[in-house]
Amino acid sequence: MENQRMLEVIVTDGEVRLVKFVPSRILDEIQINTIGQQVISLIDEGVTKIVFDFSNVDHLSSSALGMLITIKKRLDNVGGTMKLCNIQPQIFQVFKITRLDKLFEIYDTATEALTGFNQ
Amino acid sequence: MQETSSHKNIHSVIIKNDMQLARSKVVEPVIAKLSAQGYCKQDQFAIRLGLEEALSNAYKHGNKCDPKKTISVKWLIDKDKTIIWVKDCGNGFDPQAVPDPRENGNIEKPSGRGLLLIRAYMSEVSFNEQGNEVKMVKKRGEKSES
Repeated sequence: MENQRMLEVIVTDGEVRLVKFVPSRILDEIQINTIGQQVISLIDEGVTKIVFDFSNVDHLSSSALGMLITIKKRLDNVGGTMKLCNIQPQIFQVFKITRLDKLFEIYDTATEALTGFNQ
Repeated sequence: MQETSSHKNIHSVIIKNDMQLARSKVVEPVIAKLSAQGYCKQDQFAIRLGLEEALSNAYKHGNKCDPKKTISVKWLIDKDKTIIWVKDCGNGFDPQAVPDPRENGNIEKPSGRGLLLIRAYMSEVSFNEQGNEVKMVKKRGEKSES
């Protein structure tokens, strides 16, 4: 599981990273821990602006939501920002039910999320 | 894995406390059956999510990740509804005492959303007296709470 590719990290203009989830299901605890560690490594390397792209994701668990909150706190601690984009409607409903749509900045597309960073 | 069947339409399994086994022996067979019965994608999404969260709660909170413990699961899938029971070997918990993760003081906590999601996506959720078995009913075609 740890050896599977979990994230596609795209370096955009400037210091922003577009991080695309590769698996369609973010459910497994080990997988979620691996993803979390890979993102925290990016933050430790000095990345402070991250856009998470959910276009591949069609299932996610409460543990995955927890991982996103942990990453947000980590970024908050270093003055960073994260945004979410390309969330499929049934996954967006999970964010709405948990009211995490109020905690996270959510955009329809990666372009919109990235544009916001440049303003 | 032990496999028993107390009723001809109720499928019953006892698995080791292992989430990979839980997926291969419970989640995937349940989803395959729902698909074969023609349940829509939204119902399959809701039941997969509820089942994943219930199994994860049993594995983590009930059985404390102990590989020597077991999870008992039963399911009944008919044309109108699906009923799933998930039981762990723990002491149980009081579902009324679980804090609402949507409240301001809890919104940034990384855990505590599983039960909320189960309640949102299932039509009916109840627990046995000990609090170590959840019964989830999903009425076919019923919209989830949002």
